[in-house]
Amino acid sequence: MTAVAQKRRRRHVPLILVVGAAIVVCMVLIGLIGPWIAPYDPTMFAVRSRMQPPSGLHWFGTDEFGRDVLSRILAGGYYSLAMGFGATAISLIVGVPLGLMAAFYRGWVDDVIMRIIDLMISLPPILVGLLILAVTSPGLGKTIVAVGLVYVPIMTRLTRSVALSVLAQDFIEAAAARKEKTFYILWREVLPNVWPTIIVETSLRITFAILLGSALSFLGLGPQPPASEWGLMIAESRPFLDRAPWIGLAPGLCLCVLLVAVNFVGEGLRDLLDPRMQGRGHG
Amino acid sequence: MLVYAARRILGMVVVLFAMSAVVFAAIHLLPGSVAHMVLGEYATADAVAALELKLGLRDPILVQYWRWLSGVLHGEFGQALSIDQPVARLIGGALERSAVLGGMSLLLVALMGIALGIHSAVHRGSLSDRVLTMMQYTLIAIPEFFWCTVAIIVFAVWLGWLPATGYTPLADAGLLQWLRHLILPVICLSLGLTAHVSRMVRSSMLEAIESRYVLAARAKGVPERLVLLRHALPNAMLPAITVLAIDAGILIGGIVVAETVFSFPGLGSLLMYAIQNHDIPLLQAGMLVVTAVYSLATLVADLASAMLNPRIRLGGAH
Repeated sequence: MTAVAQKRRRRHVPLILVVGAAIVVCMVLIGLIGPWIAPYDPTMFAVRSRMQPPSGLHWFGTDEFGRDVLSRILAGGYYSLAMGFGATAISLIVGVPLGLMAAFYRGWVDDVIMRIIDLMISLPPILVGLLILAVTSPGLGKTIVAVGLVYVPIMTRLTRSVALSVLAQDFIEAAAARKEKTFYILWREVLPNVWPTIIVETSLRITFAILLGSALSFLGLGPQPPASEWGLMIAESRPFLDRAPWIGLAPGLCLCVLLVAVNFVGEGLRDLLDPRMQGRGHG
Repeated sequence: MLVYAARRILGMVVVLFAMSAVVFAAIHLLPGSVAHMVLGEYATADAVAALELKLGLRDPILVQYWRWLSGVLHGEFGQALSIDQPVARLIGGALERSAVLGGMSLLLVALMGIALGIHSAVHRGSLSDRVLTMMQYTLIAIPEFFWCTVAIIVFAVWLGWLPATGYTPLADAGLLQWLRHLILPVICLSLGLTAHVSRMVRSSMLEAIESRYVLAARAKGVPERLVLLRHALPNAMLPAITVLAIDAGILIGGIVVAETVFSFPGLGSLLMYAIQNHDIPLLQAGMLVVTAVYSLATLVADLASAMLNPRIRLGGAH
């Protein structure tokens, strides 16, 4: 472990990781304090100042109800973050223990878990979201759960495959010989060795969780109006693209900056922690 | 190989059956009766009862499932609730149009992705490789609906070159008009996936170029172009095919979004329509068809990579 750690320290930190992390930190800050620094009330209608182009008064212009676009963006930033981090957290909390269990118990436990995972993975990602949100009324929480479930199979498979190789090593046998409890072995011996791979996967997964979440809310299956989730804002701007393109472009650009920055962090972490995984796919 | 193919096809059939059960259960077992979902919250008890009788919703759930499933197996998807048309006809037409959209996008992604990936790998470390790599990192993360929005603003509103929305059948309006409606959606769908595929191809191509068999080929004096085309490329294609299959899943998601933005009358629009109008038969059939298409894409990719991979083709590993 220490030898590996030293090797890591010697490798220089990739530039995209630094740039990405800086932007992500800013975006998280904006997401957290956004509602309080918004210059206007994000839900306030102002009929007289409808669809005004960007100006000193309204940096990103106003929308079809005269609401200040910048204020709406600031107030809605936290949705994307909640979807990205929340959904990834769910996929970790469900997926990692399942993968550990499958690897540890093998036999029928492994079979049952992996067959369910196979079934889940044979659905196109968006369909899981559509199915859940078609039969229940949409909302932020359900979008997070739907996106989280989509990525459970990937986490389970990854954890299982790494855990299998860890479980085959001598120190596990030693722990078993000491008659350590199953939970202790998994938690203290296996998990610490599985983490690096999972962290890399997680950091890349957040990008796609935000992507899928915002696509679902773009389709109207996420937070409901008047929430100013960025994907939803873009969807609502569609009838006005010819007259007031800034209503859709402003949140769109913010979403892109956030996504690219998060992806930079993921790619940078991969370069830093696990260069062998270069170029592995998402999906 | 035959055993492998048979196993994979059997697996796909099992998945489709399981999927049909999951979709059915999700719609029928979740809180809120189907009749209320269709008629709305404030429906009268009489209307609900009438609809439940008409749709056979009072029978035991397994009986309902069996009735639906045997219908599907006979190619009979029933009647849509919100439009007076058979589900099969609605889905058939939509599937055809979506297939054109998806097929063209996938073709573009494959061509561009493989070409750019090979270029990056061969010219590793060059300026163009580094620019392409940065573009990949960026393009992968940008959502299709953003591209769709930008494309409409630039090419439809500002420049007025291409129509913003809609679709005209090939038979009615001719090739040019038909293509004009397809260009923007296809490009928007392809950008992110091209980035993804080219990255995969680059890394697997690099691996191949650094391998011993390429070294051996060079050592015996094979011209560089032939080394790349005959020795490195076939081996580099294996992961590319896998990633194209993964991307088919992402593409389906993208198609739902792009069809909504461009008001393109495909399967994605139809699914969204079914969700918004609580058209249960349409929704069930649509989801099943999408799953089937996806499974088929995965199956084709698995079989193709099995055929390229001698270890599987000759029946060693599975």
